[in-house]
Amino acid sequence: MRPDEPAAILAPHPYAPAPYRVVARHAETPDTTTLVLRPVAGGAGPAVAPGQFNMVYAFGLGEVAVSVSGHDVPAGEIVHTVRSVGKISRSIGAARPGEVLGIRGPYGTGWPMAEAAGRDVLVVGGGLGLAPLRPVILELLRRRADFGRVEIIVGARTPSDLLYTGELARWRAREDLRVQVTVDSAGRDWYGDVGVVTRRLPDARFDPAKTVVFACGPEIMMRKTAEALAGLGLPESAIFLSMERNMKCAFAQCGHCQFGAAFICREGPVLSYARLRPMLAVREL
Amino acid sequence: MMAPAAPPGGSPLGEHPFLRGLDPEFLRALQPLARSREFATGDHLVREGDVAESLHLILAGKVALELVNAERPRLTVQTLGPGEVLGWSWLVPPHRWRFDARALKPTRTWAIEAAGLRALLEARPEQGYRFLLRLLPVVAERLEHTRIQLMDIYAP
Repeated sequence: MRPDEPAAILAPHPYAPAPYRVVARHAETPDTTTLVLRPVAGGAGPAVAPGQFNMVYAFGLGEVAVSVSGHDVPAGEIVHTVRSVGKISRSIGAARPGEVLGIRGPYGTGWPMAEAAGRDVLVVGGGLGLAPLRPVILELLRRRADFGRVEIIVGARTPSDLLYTGELARWRAREDLRVQVTVDSAGRDWYGDVGVVTRRLPDARFDPAKTVVFACGPEIMMRKTAEALAGLGLPESAIFLSMERNMKCAFAQCGHCQFGAAFICREGPVLSYARLRPMLAVREL
Repeated sequence: MMAPAAPPGGSPLGEHPFLRGLDPEFLRALQPLARSREFATGDHLVREGDVAESLHLILAGKVALELVNAERPRLTVQTLGPGEVLGWSWLVPPHRWRFDARALKPTRTWAIEAAGLRALLEARPEQGYRFLLRLLPVVAERLEHTRIQLMDIYAP
């Protein structure tokens, strides 16, 4: 099809974002905000799998890749948690209810929820890495009877950097899952754990032979977690990590997100440790 | 609370993960140096600068390792729980604690008298070597974790 043929002109451009209106916002921490958005055109949103990401556009500035941290497809609602670190993410994080952002997506692979059915599930989220795991946790709770033991380990820089504190408290109060929270440092008013997330693994209750692990966070945290879990007897194929690379086009055309032979935007961001381990061992890849 | 009961013919110290599997004869020699200690929430197990008189093996509870700096609020850099070991200042001259350790909940430990323990390790070098082979991985792990924390990996 030639680009000037009518069908090509009418087809949505792959880079064109759809306008979404901010309907709610919640300041998680001083630099991290959760936004709830709905299509300006109304109706249901596109199907989203836990673990996928969108390109979120601040009009006039540009777009960044942001993990989906919640969704309600029939209502068209999409939830994004954004940390303000650059010009674009600061603008997105500052968006108020009523303002319009652009969204295109979702892109990438999701967490393999089907593989988790009938098995123990260990979720390890560090820092902002908890955001793409939130839909996993919500799905695990929604279909709780379909899974074995559910263990959640959350790491953060300090107690005041923890995300979703209200939900964390509700999850911790439940008896059908176990949540461990640890921070890198804390003041005297913190009575929880202090230390790296891998220190919490020996306390997690799961059967290594029938467990699936979903982990997201800083790369070194995921690598150390995967190494520790492999040491506890988990097969590398049962450990899934969500990788972060520089997404631009988000559909495997530009190569900005290439990680070895993998395009993280299309084959990831969720990949098995069995596939990632050789690449994670290569410095500066 | 009573100290844990000794298994028949053995030392109750051997029930602690740090000592489990060590030579029973060495554990029996260690037993007279140990006493059960209890700490209420908020109690200090040790304070920075104090003589490190004991090795604490944590049996129950939770302990915060705190750095004290007059110009800043106290900072908890690690918490320890059951089965873990509190510090090695008792072994390394000048045998003074380098941090505060405070109970975050009711905590129970085996406190092993440091001077006696050092003498025992000196007098029984082979068993002392086995003992230090248990301690060194604790030191190495805490050093590695401290390095990771130093990277401030969750910072933007």
